[in-house]
Amino acid sequence: MEFAYYPGCSLEYTGKPYDQSVREVFKALGVGLREIEDWNCCGATMYMSQNETVALSVCARNLALAQAMGNCDICAPCSSCYTILRKTNRQIAWNPHTRSKISEALAAAKLTYDTPVGVRHPLDILVNSVGIETIVKKAKFLFDGLKVAPYYGCQIVRPVEDFDDMDDPTTMDRLLSALGADVVPYPDKVRCCGGMLMTTYEDVALDLNNGLLTSARENGAEVIATVCPLCHMNLEGYQAKINAKHHTNHHTPIVYFTQLVGLALGLDSRKLGMDTLLVKLTNPRLKTQAVEVAA
Amino acid sequence: MPTALQPVKAKHKREEELRDAFWKEVEHIPSGEKIKNCIQCGTCTGTCPVSAWMDITPRQTVALFRAGMIEEILHSRTIWICASCYSCRVRCPSGIYVTDMLYALKRLAMDKGIFPRNYPIHALSESFIANVYKYGRNFELGLGIKYLLATSPAKMISSAGFGLAMMRRGRMSVKPTKIRKVGDVRAIIDRAKQLEGR
Repeated sequence: MEFAYYPGCSLEYTGKPYDQSVREVFKALGVGLREIEDWNCCGATMYMSQNETVALSVCARNLALAQAMGNCDICAPCSSCYTILRKTNRQIAWNPHTRSKISEALAAAKLTYDTPVGVRHPLDILVNSVGIETIVKKAKFLFDGLKVAPYYGCQIVRPVEDFDDMDDPTTMDRLLSALGADVVPYPDKVRCCGGMLMTTYEDVALDLNNGLLTSARENGAEVIATVCPLCHMNLEGYQAKINAKHHTNHHTPIVYFTQLVGLALGLDSRKLGMDTLLVKLTNPRLKTQAVEVAA
Repeated sequence: MPTALQPVKAKHKREEELRDAFWKEVEHIPSGEKIKNCIQCGTCTGTCPVSAWMDITPRQTVALFRAGMIEEILHSRTIWICASCYSCRVRCPSGIYVTDMLYALKRLAMDKGIFPRNYPIHALSESFIANVYKYGRNFELGLGIKYLLATSPAKMISSAGFGLAMMRRGRMSVKPTKIRKVGDVRAIIDRAKQLEGR
């Protein structure tokens, strides 16, 4: 099993722990990850509000580069990249007029995109292709009831139901429970973090994230697991501002789900980027699988 | 061009012009004409996580559109507060692609230069796009600084601590990553712009 890896701009810096943990976990599970050489920004939601043809064509360059790598799907960990790459594929399939414009734009760089390349999220790959059983078998440790709120955000479950339910997704719940975590009920799991609103209308985004953090804590979570660098940044980076605005005292570690999987697999926590989190998860409460079996 | 949603008499020439431009954008939305089927039930507004902060709710947006008041919509905060979480789109009983309709209105606003007062997204979007054209990738720190300078320079100070914390952890870079074939990206963007006719 091998994938064309599209990390996206956020994973280069702000979302670095995500990048590190995806690479480490895939390596440990024997899943190939070949980075798309010289990939460019997917344009996120920014180009879409300016010019649709440009938005889709910029995105299609990455799809064309992946197509040239041979027969493998793309692995896109950032929800925003994931959505826009898939949207480009859908538009190309749906609208012949759009398709011809994109082809013409790509031709300006001597690129062609004629064989659709699948786009998948690492959560989908780990659970539906590698399989929970395989991961548990390879795990060196299990969590000893660490209370986790699974946060899916918007764009991997909407607008199209790709691999999980859009109101109550359970892929991450099942994965983390199998690894011994106590996945708490989290009714806000698909409620929006505000995305770029944290920059443009900060007041709105602070309120949204206060809601997400409060709901997690009220449900007993010690940590929130995320699947997207933007959700992660909004939840992690603004707790001080939220506390100042709402007179709360949030101090919740926010981790990427791949970091938790990596810890269970026994990977070095520094290589998983655990030391670069703003709020550290000081005690993930791991116990060895052997103890579990003996007990 | 769908006609069912044309008001009896467009208020004035500008409204007609905006309406035509909007329908042109809607052509790119799968089953975009479904907007005619809105039953004004308000499911979009109810499911929207940010409707409480909008001056015109998503349901009202469609109502205003029918009443021939596009310019009022473009002057509102609504289309810019939408964070494209797609809740409305997946729950609309009439199958309207509400999020994509709002994107179409955003493009219309950008194109016609009609914005609400104290309007920040334009600045963000412009700097983001400039980065991609220049480097082929986004440059987070550069984007943040450029944006704050354009909108609220005073906030640079309150944001500095966060920036430094991220930098200490190797999660923020002071220099952009430039891709090797940035010329290719520029050629694609230029050609796509020509094709879109802007």
